[in-house]
Amino acid sequence: MNLVLSEEQEMLRKAARDLLEQRCPKSFVKQMEQDDKGYSPELWEEMANLGWIGLVFPEEYSGSGMSFLDLSVLLEEMGRACLPAPFFSTVVLSGLSILDIGSEEQKRQYLPEIASGKAIFSLALIEPALGYEPKAIAVEASPDGNAYVVNGTKLFVPYANIADCLLCVARTSKQEQGITIFLVDAKSPGIKYTALETMAHDKLCEVVFDQVRVPKENILGQLDKGWPEVEKIVKRSNVAKCCEIVGNLQWALEDTVAYAKDRKQFDRPIGSFQILQHYCADIYTYVEGAKLSAYQATWMLSNGFPCDKEIAVAKLWITEASPRIFNLAHQIHGAIGVTQEHDLHFYTTRAKAIELGYDEANLYREMVAKEMGLA
Amino acid sequence: MDFSFSKEQKKLRQEVRSFLEDELARELWKPACDAWIQAYDPAFTKRVAQRGWIGLTWPKEYGGQERSFIDRLIVTEEMLRYGAPAACHWFADRQIGGSILKYGSEEQKTEFLPKIITGEIYVGLGMSEPEAGSDLASLKTRATEENDCYVVNGQKTWTSGAWFTNYIYLLARTDVDAPKHRGISEFIVPMDLPGISRIPMIDITGTEAWNDVFFDNVRVPKIYMVGEKNKGFYHVLEQLAYERGGMERLMGNYPLFDALIKFAKETNYNGKALSQDTMIRHKLAQLQVEFEVGRLFMYKVAMVMDEGRAPTVEASMSKAYATTFEQHLANTAMEILGPYGSLWAGSKYVPFEGLAAHSYLGSKGYSLQAGSTEILKNIIATRGLGLPAS
Repeated sequence: MNLVLSEEQEMLRKAARDLLEQRCPKSFVKQMEQDDKGYSPELWEEMANLGWIGLVFPEEYSGSGMSFLDLSVLLEEMGRACLPAPFFSTVVLSGLSILDIGSEEQKRQYLPEIASGKAIFSLALIEPALGYEPKAIAVEASPDGNAYVVNGTKLFVPYANIADCLLCVARTSKQEQGITIFLVDAKSPGIKYTALETMAHDKLCEVVFDQVRVPKENILGQLDKGWPEVEKIVKRSNVAKCCEIVGNLQWALEDTVAYAKDRKQFDRPIGSFQILQHYCADIYTYVEGAKLSAYQATWMLSNGFPCDKEIAVAKLWITEASPRIFNLAHQIHGAIGVTQEHDLHFYTTRAKAIELGYDEANLYREMVAKEMGLA
Repeated sequence: MDFSFSKEQKKLRQEVRSFLEDELARELWKPACDAWIQAYDPAFTKRVAQRGWIGLTWPKEYGGQERSFIDRLIVTEEMLRYGAPAACHWFADRQIGGSILKYGSEEQKTEFLPKIITGEIYVGLGMSEPEAGSDLASLKTRATEENDCYVVNGQKTWTSGAWFTNYIYLLARTDVDAPKHRGISEFIVPMDLPGISRIPMIDITGTEAWNDVFFDNVRVPKIYMVGEKNKGFYHVLEQLAYERGGMERLMGNYPLFDALIKFAKETNYNGKALSQDTMIRHKLAQLQVEFEVGRLFMYKVAMVMDEGRAPTVEASMSKAYATTFEQHLANTAMEILGPYGSLWAGSKYVPFEGLAAHSYLGSKGYSLQAGSTEILKNIIATRGLGLPAS
């Protein structure tokens, strides 16, 4: 047992932190909030050239053949920097899913495009009815000759507005479990995008499919048997989100402690007051718990071990800890923390957005209950 | 990064489990909450010693095995899981042996360590006093040099198991003129010296949990001073990190957690198992999440110990965290059991031998003993985060 990152992972972390501090200052984050695309193609290309986007894909698909654990180092740094980019949607939601369940042909076609930064991908899963159960999927794909015709509405699809390809989870059978994942050319006729206005400006979109034709060979995985794959995608995505949020929470801790040391009232740093010290100690404890549980789930997933319980523990802990951390961080910052003059709001909004993505606390509680043998 | 246990560690855990399962099968004792501090069973300690599970991390020259603190945590985790009566050797194994090893003389190491390892020496703690709790450095017990002895006068309190231990670790003032932190020394004192007496203290659960220990002109041979004179306060701060750094305060009530889960599975309510009720399931799952996170904190502490560093901040964090968990556990048990939760062991209708009532009341003390949560958070903030002293 050890919690030490390898030398390579430490180097990767340092390189990522250095680059993002330089290329992703808060002025850039703010600018991207108002930008229609919501990311910088130049920075994206730079990330591709550095091998970040292809990091986790095998070399035969133009990647670097590194592990999910290595990827988590990057995700954490991206969380720390509040990086606005379609990295999560392209690499985690889509690329890893294609690697996991795609045919050899699909992997050869799509993964090099992803690794090189040429194509942006996203996952169209959630629908207006919400819920992570097959019965929540109403978007329908009906066979028509050599194609399927997709109709319906997806919500909260990250960066769909700029995507080249969407993984669309659709109903192909009346059986409740009859779900199939399709690779849909995002520029197909009949697809309409509407950007949603969100508090974290994270470019979540409504995607309406109106008679969209998708060739049969674009089925990802097996016809009617896509739901177990969706569950795997959601679990993996949650681990990745936990890593991202750890970077976010660590920043909040460091920033809040620095503020408490710096800010003076009653002729002394407010961090010398015991109540605020205890708030800081609580934040530190919540963040440590978040890190330990997120790293554990990441390490297990990266090694291919069964880890439903560990994923659930990380997700549930973070979902509870994160709002507490931000309540305390804001309390310590005082009123400046609730303005847009201070950087804290970037983290408050993004942490909440990360928590809410692919969230269903009860689902995870059930996972834990099952592991405990509670019938 | 590696979250797995080695083959040897898995084997060690299995050995401890098999040993404890066998003990249970032979009905040598009953699992109990807080058995690590309240259940004194010299025969059990002897059997544990025969397995080599006391002083596991200590040098081989004193009879130890030079194994890691993670290994030790595996052993203690299993002892706690089964609620085994390990109180005789617990303190010496956890903190006093290590203290002697670090600060003691060669003679002390040779005299004490092998006998702790064989389960013959049981050590109690003489730190707190009626007027020196969180402010430990204000302690008043005096040790005055006189020929080859220190003559000790004063009163210690909250000493667990003083009716049983054959030694007491003592903090006493050896320089009354020095600033309060710089006039304290450490001793290891045989309990049978003339002038030592005790009065039991009954805790809120009705258990004889602690003692007031009185020292009336007790002549302690100088050879029993541990480490440098007047440096005792700095030594004990480190010792406290080891005191706080184990799983006692996450798993001290594991038998209750275990029983509660079993109860939920086996109890019928409105025609189905209680565990099928979503609210109950989720309450228990929540406890499990907190437990699992706590366990990670504990293993992190052991990793710090294995780096050779006293886990001052890490253990403060894990202990403060764990006592919150245990209070939550006891509250949840009471909530689920309703009025049955208030039944004492031995009462008609009592569920799982009164563990819930014991734990509910006992847990009020967890966030006070071995460093109150407030003191621990002060340490986390000042030592861990570098915030200025208040």
